[in-house]
Amino acid sequence: MPLFEAKNITKTFGNFTALDNVSISVPEQSIYGLLGPNGAGKTTLIRIINQITGPDAGELFMNDRKLVPGDVQIIGYLPEERGLYKKMKVGEQAVYFAQLKGLTKAEAVKRLKYWFKKLDIVDWWGKKVEELSKGMQQKVQFITTVLHEPKLIIFDEPFTGFDPVNANIIKNEILFLRERGATIIFSTHNMGSVEELCDNITLINKAKTILEGSVDDIRRKWAANEYELVFEGEINLKENGLFTIIDSRFEDERSTIRLKTERDMPANEILSTVLKSGKIISFNPALPSMNEIFIRVVETRN
Amino acid sequence: MNKISVIIRREYLTRVRKKSFIIMTILAPLLMAALIVVPTLIMMNDDKDFKKIAVIEEGSDLFRNVIPDTKDADFVYLPGVNIDVLKNTFDTAGYYGILWISPELINTPNAIQLISKKQPPIGLLDHISTSLEKEIEKQKLLAYNIKDLDNILKDVKTNVSVQTIRIDDSGKVKTTSTGISMALAYIGGFLMYMLVFIFGAQVMRGVIEEKTSRVVEVIVSSVKPVQLMMGKIVGIALVGLTQFLIWIILTVGMVAVVKTVVLKDKDITEVAQTMPQNIMTQTQESIPPAQAEEMSEGLKEFTRLFENAMNQDWFLIILSFIFYFLTGYLLYASVFAAIGSAVDNETETQQFMLPVTIPIILALMVAMGTMQNPESSIAFWFSIIPFTSPIVMMARIPFGVPYWQIFLSMFLMVITFIGFVWMAAKIYRTGILMYGKKSSWKEIWKWLKYSG
Repeated sequence: MPLFEAKNITKTFGNFTALDNVSISVPEQSIYGLLGPNGAGKTTLIRIINQITGPDAGELFMNDRKLVPGDVQIIGYLPEERGLYKKMKVGEQAVYFAQLKGLTKAEAVKRLKYWFKKLDIVDWWGKKVEELSKGMQQKVQFITTVLHEPKLIIFDEPFTGFDPVNANIIKNEILFLRERGATIIFSTHNMGSVEELCDNITLINKAKTILEGSVDDIRRKWAANEYELVFEGEINLKENGLFTIIDSRFEDERSTIRLKTERDMPANEILSTVLKSGKIISFNPALPSMNEIFIRVVETRN
Repeated sequence: MNKISVIIRREYLTRVRKKSFIIMTILAPLLMAALIVVPTLIMMNDDKDFKKIAVIEEGSDLFRNVIPDTKDADFVYLPGVNIDVLKNTFDTAGYYGILWISPELINTPNAIQLISKKQPPIGLLDHISTSLEKEIEKQKLLAYNIKDLDNILKDVKTNVSVQTIRIDDSGKVKTTSTGISMALAYIGGFLMYMLVFIFGAQVMRGVIEEKTSRVVEVIVSSVKPVQLMMGKIVGIALVGLTQFLIWIILTVGMVAVVKTVVLKDKDITEVAQTMPQNIMTQTQESIPPAQAEEMSEGLKEFTRLFENAMNQDWFLIILSFIFYFLTGYLLYASVFAAIGSAVDNETETQQFMLPVTIPIILALMVAMGTMQNPESSIAFWFSIIPFTSPIVMMARIPFGVPYWQIFLSMFLMVITFIGFVWMAAKIYRTGILMYGKKSSWKEIWKWLKYSG
């Protein structure tokens, strides 16, 4: 059952169409990727979900009922362009944002202590924000986003400004939040993290949805005719009428070869033609990365 | 509603706790006092040097010892000295300058010259011309051969000191001093101008800070942009009111101190009569009588001023100040907030600031003119028109303004500020989330028409 749905959303600013009949349906307790090139309309859609702006047409549903203004209490939003008051103290500021989400001061302090300890920034509670590194400010912002235990959390580029170690900590926190029951909308340009995190995606380009579905389905669909073969030792595979070789690498005493078949055919047929070529370690349908799919889809559309 | 109060509290506390706020609150009354006292002091003290001035007459003896010596200047009459000789030597002979008078002076006003190395002070020139004018008048009168002229002149000589008494609508009579009213008008108008400007600009800076640091992106997912804007405006208004309240308390405290220490806490009018004698008896031994008299005269004058000041309608002044501050501030602060939301940084605000500052500065100029003539039609219209009324009306109230004018002006003020807050909110809502776009008046006009 979807926790959140946006149906046929259209939004224009003067003559400019930011969203044209876009729909998304976010299943409960899943991570939903919202992808698209710069200026595609993602931020506008996110702002509509947050009720910062209203759509010109279309409807929004939360838990099968219409979205109401009070729902901001159960939504957490980490915007891509985000900031903190530089002159304010970290703890005081975190409490302020929590209060704006409806938490009492005491409750906010209690939860903040927990999170500050968890993300190892307790010592910074009484410091001014301007004294913090960018990564630490991001941690504070991450905490203020999830502090009120929202049902729906929207992360817009959550990993910018983090070093790989901290990015990994945040990634695990996001997965942990989903485990605990949260539903997450995740907007990013980092396709690697999409593969790792997202269950479903929607790709928006020029205000329109051009691709949607579960990540696995999409990758399988786009990968229909490609396979990856790994042999032991250096192998020089020859092309025959059935396939062409896209890529061939030799490293660590292994040859990794990517094939593309001319048409749909059972994997057995290909395997049988290469069986004698050497000692096969693995044979897999090669899934294209989300990055490749993203570029291909957007470029063909353009 | 609850969220607005959270925002108001933050806006209020972060500002009130700043050192600069505390310093300003204490320092501003002192600066204000300095603004009034220093020019007066400068005017009084501008030239303390003692001057000796040589007076030369060209071939006549009409003005011998006519100009009396003053505190700072002696006039030495030098008969039969050649001007050309003295011109070269007066400096070394210790003279400040030469006053050369031609006998033609009786008929030709400018047949007189003061030759000096430095620019002579206005007071000195005034003294010379009034003394000579008197003498010439006397000479001319003498020419009519009136009998007993000296006695007549003595008899005619009078001194006038106008005591202003105002009767208000209820028939109550008050002794007022135009000086006090002027001072109040000046302080009221100027303070209003400063507060509206300072706190309005604070709103703008706050909005720009939130926009450039992108804090606003985080906040608007919790509260409506309008709530954020109103929270900020109200929070800063409270800062202004706090400051004003502290100033009133400080002033009342100072008045109380003056009353107890200087006037010994007696009924003021009674004091006015008895105090001089007290002082006299207490200080007789140590101070020469003449000086003591001068002092008690000064105290009498001070007491009179003090009484006049107390006779002002303070209740009306303070209440209308608070009202005009709130509405005037709301009007301008909402415009400032809209401007802040439309730009990406403070330097970009200039093109929008000009049309906003013009009415404020115009109001201040009219207010200064109002003190000369509080009943003029310019003063009237500017104290009714909402953009200038807070400043101009504050300058008029100490002189007494009919209630219907105050109410009309307040009514228009309320209508206008509501309209402006509404428009500003629409601009703010769009502008605050718009980056990198050079905003123009045309662009802002478009934002006004966007829906939800």
